[in-house]
Amino acid sequence: MKSLHVSTTINGDPVEFICDPDEPLLDVLRNRLHLTGAKEGCGTGDCGACSVTVNGRLVCSCLVLGAEVDGAVITTIEGMADGDQLHPLQRAFIDGAAFQCGVCTPGILVAAKALLEKNPDPTDEEVRYWLAGNLCRCTGYDKIIAAVQVAAAEMRGA
Amino acid sequence: MRYMIAQSAKAASAALAEEPGNARVLAGGTDLLVQMKAGNLRVDLVVDIKKIPGIRSITAEAGGLRIGAAVAGSELGEHAGVCAMGPGVVEAARLIGSTQVQGRCTMVGNLCNGSPAGDSVPALVAAAAVVRVEGPEGSRDCPVLDIPAGPGRTTLKKGEIITSVFLPARPERSGDAYLRFIPRTEMDIAVASAAVNLTLDAGGTVTAARVALGAVAPKVVLVDAAARAIIGTKLDDAALAALAAACEAACTPIDDKRGTIAFRTSTAGVLARRAAQIAYARAGGSK
Repeated sequence: MKSLHVSTTINGDPVEFICDPDEPLLDVLRNRLHLTGAKEGCGTGDCGACSVTVNGRLVCSCLVLGAEVDGAVITTIEGMADGDQLHPLQRAFIDGAAFQCGVCTPGILVAAKALLEKNPDPTDEEVRYWLAGNLCRCTGYDKIIAAVQVAAAEMRGA
Repeated sequence: MRYMIAQSAKAASAALAEEPGNARVLAGGTDLLVQMKAGNLRVDLVVDIKKIPGIRSITAEAGGLRIGAAVAGSELGEHAGVCAMGPGVVEAARLIGSTQVQGRCTMVGNLCNGSPAGDSVPALVAAAAVVRVEGPEGSRDCPVLDIPAGPGRTTLKKGEIITSVFLPARPERSGDAYLRFIPRTEMDIAVASAAVNLTLDAGGTVTAARVALGAVAPKVVLVDAAARAIIGTKLDDAALAALAAACEAACTPIDDKRGTIAFRTSTAGVLARRAAQIAYARAGGSK
């Protein structure tokens, strides 16, 4: 298999990598770039643990090929905090204990951030539908929805 | 596996036609990459079509809309023109997968995946949508209805790719709707589905209709008898009952853990009736 050279921007930084033609973006992020925030839950686009944005669009990085992102702008959970300053969503998840094992959390934070950029004042129902592709097997979701709403309120006020 | 970015539809078609092994088109990849990962699909060449000029755009044409083959579900939902012209098509496409999947999945991919349960397919058939096919012998237009050949199979020949889907112009007082049944509220595959597209006269009588069913046969079904059952009516109870009966008669579903033959059949009738009522209201008809 011929390796491919890919130039991209991840969390604001120019990044170049070599990958196999059939290598998912998730594997590139985790294994080649050591950005291990995105998790592999299912590997088939069902669980959302690998959520990132590509050109502003929320996607499962397990269902994107590394080869496809040449020239693209990617954001991952690693780009969410500003240095030591956590994003309001991250703080709300900690304050509200909106996770237990934490495997789904990076994907949910990335997805929730994408939602609030599009819709700063969602209803609970809108949050639930938006996050329907982010599975959490610990919390039962209530605390996640509540934390998203706390962060949304704070961000609207800011 | 080799990965190729096609710069034109012709180049994509030529690469697919010349590949001696198994070649596949990559647009959103939400079916292709899953199948590759599951190991039940060995692919020698992947042709990424997303860089083909125009393939990600939606353009007005002859009173209708031409939707590029690589337009994702979420992009469709954000396009006011498509939402206004084909709300039933948009609501069907938007039911595919999660927010993340919506960021990538395409209606043409849904069609070419060949699943009898593909959500956007009945809605496109009801809308009388036509795909543009680029192939070794040039370009041709083909009704969406004629693309599926059976589960996982299409009528496309080697080297042919779909570059766009065209939603034809609709007369005034037209409306469409799509409904599916799944055992939960999100993230599932249709057990049965129905799409209705209809046009009314000024008095609220149905003058034209197309009714399509999904997941109740090896491929999407266009039910002419169901359309005839409501044309010339104001969608009164008798017409709706005749519509449902015609739909039930057109069902030849499988029996599996997700739904029995009897359940799928009666559900298709119920969904067609409800979709017809929604389409009627969207067309401006009141009861």
